Amino acid sequence: MKVLVSVKRVVDYNVRIQVKSDGSGVVTDGVKFSMNPFDEIAMEEAVRLREKGKVTEIVAVTIGGAKNEETLRSALAFGADRAIHIKEEGEVQPLTAAKAFAAVLKKEGAQLFLCGKQAIDDDANQTGQMVASLLDIAQATFASKVEVDGAKAQITREIDAGLETLEVDLPAVVSVDLRLNEPRYLKLPDIMKAKKKPIETIGLGDVGVTAEAGTKTVKVSPPPARAKGVMVKTVDELVAALKSKGLV
Amino acid sequence: MSVERDVMEYDVLVVGGGPAGLSAAIRLKQKAAEAGKELNVCLVEKGSEVGAHILSGAVFEPRALNELFPDWKEKGAPLNTPVIGDDIYFFRSQTAAVKMPNLFVPKPMHNEGNYIISLANLCRWLGTQAEALGVEIYPGFAAQTPIIEDGVVKGVTIGDMGVNHQGEHKPDYAPGMELRAKYTLFAEGCRGHIGKQLIAQYDLAKGTDPQHYAIGIKEIWTVPAEQHKPGLVVHGAGWPLDLLGTEALGGSFLYHLENNTVVCGLIVDLSYTNPYLSPFDEFQRFKHHPKIAQYLKGGTRVGYGARALVKGGLNSLPKLTFPGGVLIGDDAGTLNFAKIKGSHTAMKSGMLAAEAAAEAVLGGSEGGDELTTYTEKFKASWLHEELYKSRNFGVLLHKFGALIGGAINYIEQNWFGGKFPWTFHDLKLDHASLKLAADSQKIEYPRPDGKLSFDKLSSVFLSSTNHEEDQPVHLVLKDKSIPISKNLPLYDEPAQRYCPAGVYEVVGEGDAKRFQINAQNCVHCKTCDIKDPAQNINWVAPEGGGGPNYANM
Repeated sequence: MKVLVSVKRVVDYNVRIQVKSDGSGVVTDGVKFSMNPFDEIAMEEAVRLREKGKVTEIVAVTIGGAKNEETLRSALAFGADRAIHIKEEGEVQPLTAAKAFAAVLKKEGAQLFLCGKQAIDDDANQTGQMVASLLDIAQATFASKVEVDGAKAQITREIDAGLETLEVDLPAVVSVDLRLNEPRYLKLPDIMKAKKKPIETIGLGDVGVTAEAGTKTVKVSPPPARAKGVMVKTVDELVAALKSKGLV
Repeated sequence: MSVERDVMEYDVLVVGGGPAGLSAAIRLKQKAAEAGKELNVCLVEKGSEVGAHILSGAVFEPRALNELFPDWKEKGAPLNTPVIGDDIYFFRSQTAAVKMPNLFVPKPMHNEGNYIISLANLCRWLGTQAEALGVEIYPGFAAQTPIIEDGVVKGVTIGDMGVNHQGEHKPDYAPGMELRAKYTLFAEGCRGHIGKQLIAQYDLAKGTDPQHYAIGIKEIWTVPAEQHKPGLVVHGAGWPLDLLGTEALGGSFLYHLENNTVVCGLIVDLSYTNPYLSPFDEFQRFKHHPKIAQYLKGGTRVGYGARALVKGGLNSLPKLTFPGGVLIGDDAGTLNFAKIKGSHTAMKSGMLAAEAAAEAVLGGSEGGDELTTYTEKFKASWLHEELYKSRNFGVLLHKFGALIGGAINYIEQNWFGGKFPWTFHDLKLDHASLKLAADSQKIEYPRPDGKLSFDKLSSVFLSSTNHEEDQPVHLVLKDKSIPISKNLPLYDEPAQRYCPAGVYEVVGEGDAKRFQINAQNCVHCKTCDIKDPAQNINWVAPEGGGGPNYANM
């Protein structure tokens, strides 16, 4: 069975995000980028499924500018067999990505599409769902456990009241949540080997998709700064302060 | 416990992705291409990416870059802000300052033709160029120990990943690889932890003056447009440090880059004598000086970092070669302190070593010998001439203070062309310079106002430093008892103050006092390794990828 994993290049989770002074977005110059952590979990799951003998080939796919190749190299170091880079230098909105991924999924004949539940940059949480919808196939989101058995997969999801287990027919889209697994360290020998694995570069036109701009970013603003704390000397003062703010 | 390690072999291995290491890697590939041959070059970098651990002022002299890439402009090197003005102040007090007339500025402090840059971004660019030439760059992997066999350096072992606090293997344990090469170029920067071992093991510092260091603390600010003067360079000496004395020396800088960005920093010589001195707090109060505050007020601080720098110059430069390897850049100590610039000199030293290594390997050498041609090339280069001219500067300041020492330096540089017939020596070790706490005056630093000055923890937050939590502490005490039994009574444990990242704390009361190491805060500046009066702190590399994530530093 073949699995397609989508990976996204995002500002690294360690980086303190700064909003541009004109409110047009966040600062990305000179900032470290890395693979979306949820996509790392999806990659790790694909590799584990292969280690269990459930998956025979792992293909990583991304959409974006030239620098996204680094992210695909990371996916190859994780263990993807090959990678597809849909090169698009302009802005990529979730619907465009979903259409492109759906086309690749169809062309590759992959039985499973694994993706992070959302990317930590825009938190859109849309691409996986739209891929399923575009192809009219089953979807299971926020997976915390994935078991593949023949033409079906059992997915456990964390819901408010506990756990929910779904069974889906393959092909299906599965978006993964934080507690599914802990991604392994990329080992230096694997990173070395990844440099030699193939990356196929195609354009949006090659998959018959045109970039959509359904939404427009109007303004990005930083969260309000935390108000200064007040030092109180006695418990009575504290109680009085809390009361005056209507907190007790 | 023996571990099976993967091994990769290269012609040349470079340890460290700063200006020296990257220039060396690039030069190696250029030399191979000129000869129509192949050279396998690998570069490892402990930061999570190239540039993540790079911190510099920086006013950049493009001399070495011109030699490495004559077409750097077309290639898009990030040198965007030419220096258009150069102010030097003697700060006499927290409000008073005297501007030095241009006529009296020593020649090495002239900056025409130089650029204000982010060295981290220049390194990112150099990294891209190196990869395009076929250099294999592996960021996120820290060289932990040299491989030495029969007295010959054969490469390095990369640190293991997935080891817990107690030193046991976690489920995701991955043993570090052995990277072997005919020649290994060490480019770890100031006080490299392997460089330090090699200098000791091969006695490379024999016959030289002791090395001297300083700590540089830097912040990046976004300032209101009307306070921004792109291309303006402001240097200062004196307050809050000494102008006439020699107990706390150093200097300050404030540079205006593009996009309303101003960088500001304070460099404090680690030869300071008062154990109560806190370089971090000196810097915080320094920003309140009206000459500095005029540019920063109303702005936002967006970046913070610190790094030790090496300033002994030619007098303290160790022997550069040993069997199988060499030291380049500030791992050796090529910074020109009179110019307060080390990037162009580091690059040049890397290029010279690369030329020597390329000639040897392309000539059929199997390596393992001493690359003495590197030393010959160094001695015949402008780098050596430049460092020779500046050899007295640091010593003069240490002996006579910023004002008088600076004046003598002015006479040497501008009247004697840097060629005084005599050389001064400074033989006192930085870690031995502290006076006892009992003989020293406590320093009461003003509380940070949250506008111009800040506390340590909110500052460290801006370095985006991060370390995997469950790993062995990478700041290794040779003797665990010394901080509380000796350093505390003698010097009030100065680590609490010289560390710019709040790594070291003395917690508890009375007999329950203990020394706490918050290793996760570490910004890899190496100051503790240098300044600890007992020389009891050994900085070793944490798990690869750990440490600061500097942007635009």
